[in-house]
Formats: sequence, C-alpha cells, structure tokens
Amino acid sequence: MIVKVEEKLFQNRYRVDSDRPHVKIVKPDVCEYECQTRQCTVCCPAGCYTLEGNGKVVLIADGCLECGTCRIICDDYRNVDWEYPRGGYGILFKFG
Amino acid sequence: MSEKFDVIVVGAGPSGNAAAYTMAKAGLNVLQLERGESAGSKNVQGAILYADALEKIIPDFRDDAPLERHIIEQRMWVLDDDSFVGTHYRSDAFNKEPFNRYTIIRAQFDKWFSGKVQEAGALVICETTVTDLLRDEGNRVVGVQVDRDGGSIYADVVILADGVNSLLAKKAEFHPELEPKNVALAVKEIHFLPQEVLQERFNIGEEEGVVIELFGKITQGMMGTGFLYTNKESIAVGVGCMLSDFKEQKTTPYALLEEMKNHPSIKPLLAGGEMKEYTAHLIPEGGYKAIPKIYGDGWMIVGDSGMFVNAVHREGSNLAMTTGRIAAETVIDLIKAGKPMSAANLEVYRSKLDDSFVMKDLKKYQEMPEIFHENRQFFTTYPELVNRSAHTMLHVDGVDKKTKEREIFSSFRQKRSLFGLMGDAYKLWRAFR
Repeated sequence: MIVKVEEKLFQNRYRVDSDRPHVKIVKPDVCEYECQTRQCTVCCPAGCYTLEGNGKVVLIADGCLECGTCRIICDDYRNVDWEYPRGGYGILFKFG
Repeated sequence: MSEKFDVIVVGAGPSGNAAAYTMAKAGLNVLQLERGESAGSKNVQGAILYADALEKIIPDFRDDAPLERHIIEQRMWVLDDDSFVGTHYRSDAFNKEPFNRYTIIRAQFDKWFSGKVQEAGALVICETTVTDLLRDEGNRVVGVQVDRDGGSIYADVVILADGVNSLLAKKAEFHPELEPKNVALAVKEIHFLPQEVLQERFNIGEEEGVVIELFGKITQGMMGTGFLYTNKESIAVGVGCMLSDFKEQKTTPYALLEEMKNHPSIKPLLAGGEMKEYTAHLIPEGGYKAIPKIYGDGWMIVGDSGMFVNAVHREGSNLAMTTGRIAAETVIDLIKAGKPMSAANLEVYRSKLDDSFVMKDLKKYQEMPEIFHENRQFFTTYPELVNRSAHTMLHVDGVDKKTKEREIFSSFRQKRSLFGLMGDAYKLWRAFR
C-alpha cells in the first residue's frame, strides 16, 4: 500500500521556524556509508527522512511532529541532533 | 525576570498542570513554563480521561471541563486479516453519575486545565522552551534557562513535567537516553462525522461513548495495539507499536495506520468521516523496571518523563496527574515545615508513590514488557488461531462438530507444540498475576 504522508500532514497546523531546523543529522557521511538500515527513513511518522538514489539521507524537518522517534532509534550511531523548537514554533496541534 | 519563585514547573500537560494547580491553590509562588503557543498545543493522547485522578485535584471538574463522551461500552477485538473475535462489555451502570471515564480532546482539555492553574494563582508563560537546568556549586538545581532574552529564572525546586522525551533530564544526566524497547510510537488521526451518524453507528445516546481496543494482525507482528475512541462528533483512531519493533521492519507508521483503517471490520466505522489532523507521539512503556531516579537536590520528575504509564491497562494521564499531585503535596509539606528541597527531604515523594496505586500497579506488571517482547506468538499466531477456530465452528458446511473440534485442536498443535501452548499459558499467568 502506497500512502502519501504529505496528504495527512496537510491537515496539520505548523509555525515553521525558517532556517532554524530543530532536528539535524550530525554527520551525513555516517548515514551514507556506515548505517546499513537507515530506519529513520521508515520509522519517522512524518516521513521527514528520505533516502536519495545516491545513498544520501536527506532530512527536511518542516513536517516534524516532534515525537522523538528518529533520535531514539538511531541508537547505534547517535547521529541525530534533536532539540525542541523555539517556544511557540513547530507543530501546533488543533486537537492532539 | 529576577524574581525568585518557590517552584518552577516545566510543561503544561496533565502532570505539570496537576502539580502547578495543587501548589498554587496552597498559596505557593508558582511559575509554569510551556513551549507550545498554549497549553495542549504540543500534547497528544488517545484520549481517555479517568475521572478519579482529576477528582482528587479538582472535585467539581465536571462543571466546566470540556469532556466529549462518558464511556458506557468497552470492546476488545482480536483481529486476523479480515475478521475479528471480540468481547464487548456494555453496562447501564456506566450511565450513572458520577461517570468514571470520558473521551477528551487534549488541546481543549489542557487549555481548560491551564485556565484553572492560572485562576489558582500560578504564573503560566507559554511559547517558552526551557533549554537547561541551572545548578549551584553543589550541583543542586536552582532554576532554569529559557530560550528568551535574559532567560535565567530561579526557584527552590524545579518539577520536570516535560513529557516522554525529557531532554532536560537527559542533559542533566538524571537518566540516560530512552531505549527503543521501552517506548512505543503511536500515530493517530481524528475523523469528524455528524453526531447523529456517529451515535447510530455505535448504538449510543447523546453523551455516551464507546472505546475499541484492537489487537492482533493490525500490528503486523509488532508488539502493539490499536484503538478507536468516540468523541462527541469525531472518532480518534490510532495504532502504536514498540520502537524496537518498528526498527526491525519496513512498514512506515502511516502505512500501518492506513492498513488498519482499511480492515473490513474497521473501515465501515470510519466511512464518510473527514480527517482533520494526523498526530504522532511516543509512549513510555518500559514499566516499573525502566523508571528512572525521580528526585534529587532541587528537582523532581513527574508524568511521562518518569515512565509513569501502565501500558497493560492503557492508563497514563491518571498516573501523570497523580504523580504531579503527590510531588506538589511533597513540596507544600516541606515549605510549611521550613525544610530545604534536598534529595533527602524529597525522598518522601518516592515513598508516597510507592504506597499509591501508581507504583503498586506498575510493580504488578513489571515482567510484562519482557514477556511480550520475547513471545511474538501473542501478537501473531494466537489472533490467527482464535479467528480461524471461530470460523471453523461457525461455518456450516455439513462437517460434524466433533470433527471440527479436532481440526481446531490440530491447527493449534501445528502452530505451537503442546509444551509451547502450556508454556504460553504459564507466561500469561505470570505476566498478569
């Protein structure tokens, strides 16, 4: 089943902190050359991580639901730098 | 802000609000900091509110709290690919006031609770992220650092109600990073339907609600459960599995949810609804053995941040409110007695929790996470066998019932040895006793 997460995220409300992503990949090389599974590209419920054809993992955190999954599952490499967004920014749940 | 507070509460979820309310009500000088634009805007839950824990804090909460429906029926379904075997418990006793539990919408409920905290006299500041704890030379927590200009704020004690991720507790090295085996990832959608349609579909009246717990094939072999809750004019539908399991497979959380929604037993319940929000949240499900240290010099941890979730009974917000209230009462007593907020004095918080249902329940189920982690058959083989047995018995085809019984028994034996079956029964007994 092909599910487009973008269509789900479209229903959500965000205040994006432009140019200040609160989640970053520490060393992109680790994702590209060392990590075999790249489970962030599977497990992120907002589909923020995509695996490019050249083996690079690209992170666009605009749709982030601030759950923390990517940080916790990256326990072999600890390659995710995860902070909360600045106060008032990020996902703003209408219902929660 | 140079003023010093009696206490700073980080976070405005159920645990933080319970703590801040209780202390403000007792006349303490309370500051509560919340990173969302308002209380609730960062919070996610199913959501079921258990009345008891809130009654102990705000006895007349029913007068004005935004409650959706009180629950009169609980369904538990064990699902195979295109069927389910279920038990339903419905009782008119659940229609007698005071009601025992309600569905709620957290963004609205938390805002209401936060209003009560402010009425009680606490200073609540939103859109403010706490970035660090401040310590003195003796390593005692003396305040917090926030992401605003001149952001050092001081207090006698800091209560961390900052939720499952609790970056603060990690930075301060109060506890290590969460392990994938101790947290579940849940994704959820809210679908809106006309009230009359919803009530007819679930066979319920004006204020009445139904919860459905889902178990089996829908989690695709992972340790987890699904749920469906009726709100006033919407349905919350979601599924959660352990991160350690998500890590080992290739289905995305949103595909898992989509497939569950398309199960032939679930799809008709959602038909015609309009999806208005998609959320995700972690649930700390490590249980008793995963509870970190929850107090120290000048600090305490309450709610999800302290792993206070009873995964077996799907209880969390009531544990959150109870830990928040008990932490608050500990602070109130120490202030009255003129004693410092040292680890030695705050130890009372832990011992009071040990005597409460919070720790007693978590302790009772302490073996549960491990048993389920190690025995996948409870999520795969058994749901399948139970459904296929029901089908065999109920499908009328000229085969006599004795032969059908033999067929069912041998299907169990094929999937699981007699020894395995008995062992599983023992494991379940050990987990639940």
